Amino acid sequence: MISYLPRYIFNFVFFTLIQVLVLNNIQLSGYVNPYLYILFIITLPFETPGWLLLLLGFSSGMVVDIFSNTPGMHASATVFMAFLRPYVLRLFAPREEYQPGTIPTMGYYGVSWFLRYSIILVLGHHTFLFFIEVFSLTHFFSTVLRVISSSALTILLILVAQLFSQGKKQGR
Amino acid sequence: MRDFIRFIIKYHFAILFFIIEAVSLLLVVNYNAYQRSSFLSSSSSVSGGIFKRYNAGAEYLMLREINEDLARENAYLRSRMPESFRASRDYFNLVNDSTSMQEYIYRSARVINNSTNRRFNYITLNKGRLNGIEPEMGVISNKGAVGIVKNVSDNYSTVISIINTRLKISAKLKESGFFGSLEWDGTAYQHVYLLDIPRHAHVNVGDLVVTSGYSSVFPEGILLGNVENVELEKGASFYRIRVKLSVDFKSLAFVEVIGHTSRDEQLTLEKETEDD
Repeated sequence: MISYLPRYIFNFVFFTLIQVLVLNNIQLSGYVNPYLYILFIITLPFETPGWLLLLLGFSSGMVVDIFSNTPGMHASATVFMAFLRPYVLRLFAPREEYQPGTIPTMGYYGVSWFLRYSIILVLGHHTFLFFIEVFSLTHFFSTVLRVISSSALTILLILVAQLFSQGKKQGR
Repeated sequence: MRDFIRFIIKYHFAILFFIIEAVSLLLVVNYNAYQRSSFLSSSSSVSGGIFKRYNAGAEYLMLREINEDLARENAYLRSRMPESFRASRDYFNLVNDSTSMQEYIYRSARVINNSTNRRFNYITLNKGRLNGIEPEMGVISNKGAVGIVKNVSDNYSTVISIINTRLKISAKLKESGFFGSLEWDGTAYQHVYLLDIPRHAHVNVGDLVVTSGYSSVFPEGILLGNVENVELEKGASFYRIRVKLSVDFKSLAFVEVIGHTSRDEQLTLEKETEDD
């Protein structure tokens, strides 16, 4: 568990910087804003205690908030996603349970498992975020469109990021 | 009591979730109060410093356009210099007394962070309180109005951009003088809407839209954009005018912050009148 620490500290800093310096500047037709920083929460080890999960969700969201002048918005959405995570993990648990010493990534549990798992979390996060952002139901359909298109791009980026880190893990 | 503790231990995950979520939502709702402290915004020294360093690199990629803009502005300013006008020897000379005549002071600043893809877009500038920048100052670029300063730290300031659904600007049609409020609808960063223009006003496509000068933030007549499309709903008494912004928010690099020397005087007087 401790051996994961440097790797997750790196992940936290790396994904936050990518988010605020690169991805926050992406705009495709006003609808698509990918949020890759949540991959940090998605790939935390299975054994992470619940309280730590929530606190890490809050802090990673808050850091992105500070950089984009939206106090609380990303924090609340990421905490919501961290709250969903244990339930989603239980829902998709394989028959032989999660093996000790593994983490929820594509390298360990395969593309289809990882896709199902991350799609639900990303959708949960983005839905919460975009509805908090407009703070009303008046633009309901345009907000739903933003949620869907942004989620698609986020998931694509998550897959690419996972492919890049896969080779490293198999050599472990 | 023991039952209560057992209850908390059993459901600590959900309870903690609700507490943290409540704190975050409180932050969202009390957004404006927290912005005043400027601690949690990008004008804070940590995030401001990171943006500044990043911007120092990214700026090289834009040097050509920045140079062109600056050269164009130089040429424009030169054309406004006294030497550019034919002197009339028959009349008195105009004396520019800096203590009593100067109403607006311009300070140049560099954009070190900018966004166009959210509903609440902000710009961060590399100058702050130590450079004389204060909240509520207007910000313009050489192409037109950009926004209003929101928070100031010692060395950085954040600007609430025109393409931010929280900002409304008092604007008027240059040709006819009718004024209304300029708002962004949160979709495309090239367009804003001018509302509250009465239906008896004459509006043509292509008319210039400028600041009205009523708000004490911007001087009168700063360009905002031009009319692109005029809508009048059935039975409505006000037009809904789509305005194409003159500033390209995607390529902002240098801006000027406008200080209004007699702003306090104007505000105090207006407040006295309202209180009567």
